[in-house]
Amino acid sequence: MFESLSDKLARTFKKLRGQGKLSENNIQEALKEVRIALLEADVNYKVVKQFVEDIRQKAMGKEVLESLTPGQQVIKIVYGELTRLMGETRQELALTGRTPFTLMLAGLQGSGKTTTAGKLALHLRKLGRHPYLVPADIYRPAAIDQLQKLGSQLGVPVYGTDRKLRPEDICVDALSKAGTVGADILIMDTAGRLHIDDALMAELVRIKEKILPTEILLVADAMTGQDAVNVAKHFNELLDLTGIILTKMEGDARGGAALSIKAVTGKPIKFIGVGEKLEALEPFFPERTASRILGMGDMLSLIEKAQAEFDEKEARKLEKRLRKKEFDLEDFQTQLKQVKKLGSIEQILGMLPGLGQLKKLKGLKPDEKEVIRIEAIINSMTGEERRNYKIINGSRRRRIASGSGTSVQDVNRLLKNFIQTKKMMETLTRKGLQGMPSMFQ
Amino acid sequence: MWTFYRKKEKGEEQAEPKGFLSRLREGLSKTRTGLAGRLDNLLYGKKQIDEKLLEQIEEILFTSDLGVAATRELIETVQAGVARKELDQPEKLRKALKEQIRQFLDVVDIPHSMPGPGEPYVIMVIGVNGVGKTTTIAKLGYQAREQGKTVIFVAGDTFRAAAIEQLQVWGDRVGVEVIKQKQGSDPSAVVFDGLSSALAKRIDVVLIDTAGRLHTKSNLMEELEKINRVIKRKLPGAPHEVWLVLDATTGQNAVSQAEIFHKALGLTGIILTKLDGTAKGGIVVGICRQMKIPIKFIGIGEKMDDLRPFNAPDFVDAIFG
Repeated sequence: MFESLSDKLARTFKKLRGQGKLSENNIQEALKEVRIALLEADVNYKVVKQFVEDIRQKAMGKEVLESLTPGQQVIKIVYGELTRLMGETRQELALTGRTPFTLMLAGLQGSGKTTTAGKLALHLRKLGRHPYLVPADIYRPAAIDQLQKLGSQLGVPVYGTDRKLRPEDICVDALSKAGTVGADILIMDTAGRLHIDDALMAELVRIKEKILPTEILLVADAMTGQDAVNVAKHFNELLDLTGIILTKMEGDARGGAALSIKAVTGKPIKFIGVGEKLEALEPFFPERTASRILGMGDMLSLIEKAQAEFDEKEARKLEKRLRKKEFDLEDFQTQLKQVKKLGSIEQILGMLPGLGQLKKLKGLKPDEKEVIRIEAIINSMTGEERRNYKIINGSRRRRIASGSGTSVQDVNRLLKNFIQTKKMMETLTRKGLQGMPSMFQ
Repeated sequence: MWTFYRKKEKGEEQAEPKGFLSRLREGLSKTRTGLAGRLDNLLYGKKQIDEKLLEQIEEILFTSDLGVAATRELIETVQAGVARKELDQPEKLRKALKEQIRQFLDVVDIPHSMPGPGEPYVIMVIGVNGVGKTTTIAKLGYQAREQGKTVIFVAGDTFRAAAIEQLQVWGDRVGVEVIKQKQGSDPSAVVFDGLSSALAKRIDVVLIDTAGRLHTKSNLMEELEKINRVIKRKLPGAPHEVWLVLDATTGQNAVSQAEIFHKALGLTGIILTKLDGTAKGGIVVGICRQMKIPIKFIGIGEKMDDLRPFNAPDFVDAIFG
């Protein structure tokens, strides 16, 4: 549905080719595309306005006007500026001073506070802390139950909240009991509320005044639209937040809310939630969100993941074999295993620019089962067959198919794919591995 | 017979509790100060329509989450009208915008099957995490009960901690039986149990709660499709309705949600929740315009009857005053 900003800009500037020098008007044209990209990503209108104005000043410089690739130059400026605005370095929780520390979570209904409380508990325990979960949501049915269940899953103590007490009294009592359960950090899960609900907002202020929390974190949904600024502004004005946690980032929301919230509160985004599992809490990296807002995919995460997971030795071996044109089905299998280590194919595709959309357009569903089938087929081959695919004749194909529980057609398809891959790799090798990802170099 | 969730026809309006429009307007007052209120402020005292005015209108539309495409179409309509000299006064411009938005929102119902005699009306409620599915089911159950229907809830969210308990609390409050298994069990099995029980007890309405899931998780979407298949096998023709719950604070991602859920299950309607905040819910204008899926209900508050049947003219009247 969305064309990436870089494609759009490339198109815009292409139209202008042959007109000689770029003019200020041309830049204006490009900035219109920037503006639409940001609005489509749910960045607040006012934030966009200011942002585009800043970019205009910067883009009017000679660099862009004289560049052979003005589109790339504009992207570079936009990307740099976005990253800068979202906070250049990542920020951890500020846990210094006297224990017990106190973390207070606040936000709208359904933004994911309770789940985030559980995730934070796990994160902190990994850092060697002893968290204590405090359910202070006395309104939503079963909210206390939910946190208790998360606590017992994690083996983290949960304060036994009495729903008849006021939330601020619950927090005060929990704080006094922290020592008895051996906890050094309280995670207070407050009820979801509308930022314009004065009575409930006053309740948060009372908790703040009584506890003076080490951190007051706004939990916000990454899919939030234009209203993100109003919500963040209200919460920040009343509570003077220390940071933001952006949830549901694993979806396909472009996450413009991140920029809006950062712009209006000036407070750092400390974490993002990327899944329903309790491990799915990650540090916030501004540059990644910047490329996501611009629809450029999350290349950095993928590269980082690839670097962490790829076995360098294997890669070098593969490269050598490629140079000697010895790439065979065994290498194919090794390669498959390497890719599998990166995570689900779906996840990988989602991180690649443009591919997220491609997947949707063609109804192409990356099939994990297909990978398992391919492995089964290769495993059913003899060593000789794997090293020299040319000997795999009809009767061998039938044997492989029945051995792997697949059909001869499946085996044929695999061999065809393999031959294609082999050819492609050999072409790439001849070109000196130019187009290959860095891990092969 | 199955009129209890139907939109009110003309002439039935008298049956509405007194001051329905004013209550709707009250619930939407924030929406009003958003879209129409700001439009009024902008147009007040203006004599002519110029580029600057159009740009300010565009800003109002954008900040209401109408999205790029819908906003563009609205602005182009206005520009065309101005060019033809039909829209020469701000008041006419306001009317033109209102009419166009009403047209976007006025989507015909998607035809769907009806239960046979003695069969329950099966409604599946789906959506991403945290949009208010369970609360919405409680409200729907309450309203059906008020109309003398027998209802059961099916606790199909077997994933999230305490989701079953949450539905049970609501079931107890509104007097509806909850069919459930323990956390972590197969939701399709729970749904199968629910339908068996409903058929045996000749229940009128079955409301199926499902786990919140992001539409991009293909395995979870497959799980939904499986639930759908199980329902169909147990009771051909069911589910009679598949309703997507959308949070009014959501931005352009709501379009993606509607698209993917629609493709997987075939939605028959949308429920828009949390319109009592400052969110303008303008995203539904974009969705209705593009997807032609009707809005069934809007949530304008926490009370049980704050879930209201949606009616495009009323909605537009309420936001435009």
